Amino acid sequence: MDLTIAGVLTLDGLTNGAIYALLGIATVLIFTVTRILFIPQGEFVAFGALTLALFQTGQVPGTVWLLLVASAAAFLLDLRILLRTPAAPGRSRTVLRLALGQLALPAVIAAVSVWAAPRDLPILLQGLLTLLIVTPLGPLTYRLAYQSIAEASVLVLLIVSVGVHFVLLGLALFFFGAEGFRNPPFVDARYALGPLSLSGQVVAIFIAFVLLMVLLKLFFGRTLYGKALRATAVNRLGARLLAISADAAGKLAFAMAAFIGALSGLLIGSTTTVFYDSGFLIGLKGFIAAVGGGLASYPATAVGALLLGVAESFGSFWASSLKEAIVFTLILPVLLWRSLYTPHHEEH
Amino acid sequence: MTLRKLIVPTLVALLFQSAAQAEITIGVSLPLTGPASGLGIPCNNGLALWPKSIGGETLRVIVLDDASDPTVGVKNARRFVSEDKVDLIVGSAATPVALAMSDVAAQAKTVQLAASPIVTAPGKDEWSFRLAQSNAVMAIPVVAHMKKHGVKTVGFLGYSDTYGESWLNDFTKETKAAGITVIGAERFARTDTSVTAQALKLTAANPDAILIAASGSGAAMPHKAVVDRGYRGKIYQTHSAASRDLMRVGGKDVEGAFVVSGPATVADQLPDSNPSKKFGVDYIARYEKIYGAGSRNQFAAHMYDAAILLEKAVPVALKKARPGTPEFRAALKEALESGGVTPVSQGIIDYTAQDHWGFTKETGLIMKVVNGDWKVEQ
Repeated sequence: MDLTIAGVLTLDGLTNGAIYALLGIATVLIFTVTRILFIPQGEFVAFGALTLALFQTGQVPGTVWLLLVASAAAFLLDLRILLRTPAAPGRSRTVLRLALGQLALPAVIAAVSVWAAPRDLPILLQGLLTLLIVTPLGPLTYRLAYQSIAEASVLVLLIVSVGVHFVLLGLALFFFGAEGFRNPPFVDARYALGPLSLSGQVVAIFIAFVLLMVLLKLFFGRTLYGKALRATAVNRLGARLLAISADAAGKLAFAMAAFIGALSGLLIGSTTTVFYDSGFLIGLKGFIAAVGGGLASYPATAVGALLLGVAESFGSFWASSLKEAIVFTLILPVLLWRSLYTPHHEEH
Repeated sequence: MTLRKLIVPTLVALLFQSAAQAEITIGVSLPLTGPASGLGIPCNNGLALWPKSIGGETLRVIVLDDASDPTVGVKNARRFVSEDKVDLIVGSAATPVALAMSDVAAQAKTVQLAASPIVTAPGKDEWSFRLAQSNAVMAIPVVAHMKKHGVKTVGFLGYSDTYGESWLNDFTKETKAAGITVIGAERFARTDTSVTAQALKLTAANPDAILIAASGSGAAMPHKAVVDRGYRGKIYQTHSAASRDLMRVGGKDVEGAFVVSGPATVADQLPDSNPSKKFGVDYIARYEKIYGAGSRNQFAAHMYDAAILLEKAVPVALKKARPGTPEFRAALKEALESGGVTPVSQGIIDYTAQDHWGFTKETGLIMKVVNGDWKVEQ
């Protein structure tokens, strides 16, 4: 091994690590706000990459119809709850607002998608449309699968997550088929960095990673919504007493997670072949990083994910048949260290 | 109730009973959904090429979906033998499913034509025949082509599953005889985000050729990774990669790749001396007439080949017993085993009582990717 090889491996590892970091952060975000271990996080990656891939082939992706059906189901659920409560002044206005948000908006997105699909728009516009389609699937997942059992134990929520994972995986196979896709890069450029060669897409991954970290920092530190999420994460009951809706916080967290997932999908869609089931393993590695960060710390998750990516890259080089074993065994010393050196809390 | 009222329906029922016994019942189990649906759906399409009757007996074909799931496949096979009393089981196209079904076929003493290269425990395939080529048979033309083009060292990059492992074993065995050395073997998974590290290690050793053992669109990523590292040697792909998905995903990076394949999908390019040409051309013409130009694929060809084998074996078996009886099923097995050399669209099959793999050494051929299309290497 010389320095060039080590450089290439490190760069490759950091690139994958940045994606794991994004997904790990989404996992931590959802867990702290809702106590849900969101296993299907990776599915949004596949949805993002493959929705764009179908736009590239001029077809209307199945995720558009999923968005419509899920929105309609969520609308009916909300409507039923609303109609059951005694009539209050301004109820019709609430119904109208619901209809606008949960029926009209997805319908507009779907209409634009159907219009745009055969038109071969620039890939950036198609990417934007993909984000518009996949991001609402996050809060819809929360509404349909979790909202009514939000107070259940972590274990129950975890089991529901496993179920949601299989549902989304089956839908992905139905929408996109068993074969993989590779998207053209957003930026078709190559940069030389000493002996290393960076593709434009790799640079885009790093820029997105740094940008998202900064934005999250600002969001949680400076905005009211960010503070509301943090408050819910610290104490759900206390937050509710201060008029922060736990459901709204959950939906916001899921929207951000779906956005991060879809964005990751767009970013890796051109550096690798993405299959309908590719997301799971990527999400799982993000999850490992999140566990390394104690499911609480964003910086620790990010650093853990980058290290994981590098370890994976070097592991592939030295013993490719044992690669996954190496990656997933890494969590053992981390867990040991954490259980020895972090004070143990009773579960609230 | 008068006697006549009882007799007439009974007679009618008996009549239908005997009519039902006179037809040949075939149970087909295919992965129409699930991860292997990419194999099962074309197979199901290929059933349209089957004749309505063989040897004067009508074919009754029952198709069930096994959802790429061995448990469902076994359930289907049990239903075939106990309820439908089939004379023959066809399927599955997914290897794990077909393997699980072979046990039921053996218990019920019913012939199974598996559309995948199942590797059973020794002696467990007494009633199972394969319609797909084994990796060992396909490794022969790959090594022959390498030898002819002066390849001395070769690197291996394959799936970390049974497909990759089995190719590495069969391929390594074959190279030893040809004086070619395998100087490195790296693994990856279909859903990996990167194979840069493996490609880096292989290309650093600079072998004369690299063999990639992966399937369909999954074979493109390692190919691109190796090319990205500036590798200039020959790159070979296995028969699971011999589909249009390789070019669709791989684009210009897979230009010049050598892919081993059965003859069916490139039959129109074969010399007239190739015994498979006649069948392959017929398969392509009939299949594309139904499903459109360019729809040809290796999986539907397996179903086409099943019909050829049956048209040869069923008349022989019919001389010994009537369909629907255990004697007919035994006679069918015997007829398949003693059928001798049978050219089909995917090669030349020669089943014997000891060998239920069938395909002869001449089966595989090497195609080159030229301008995004296949070109047969002579």
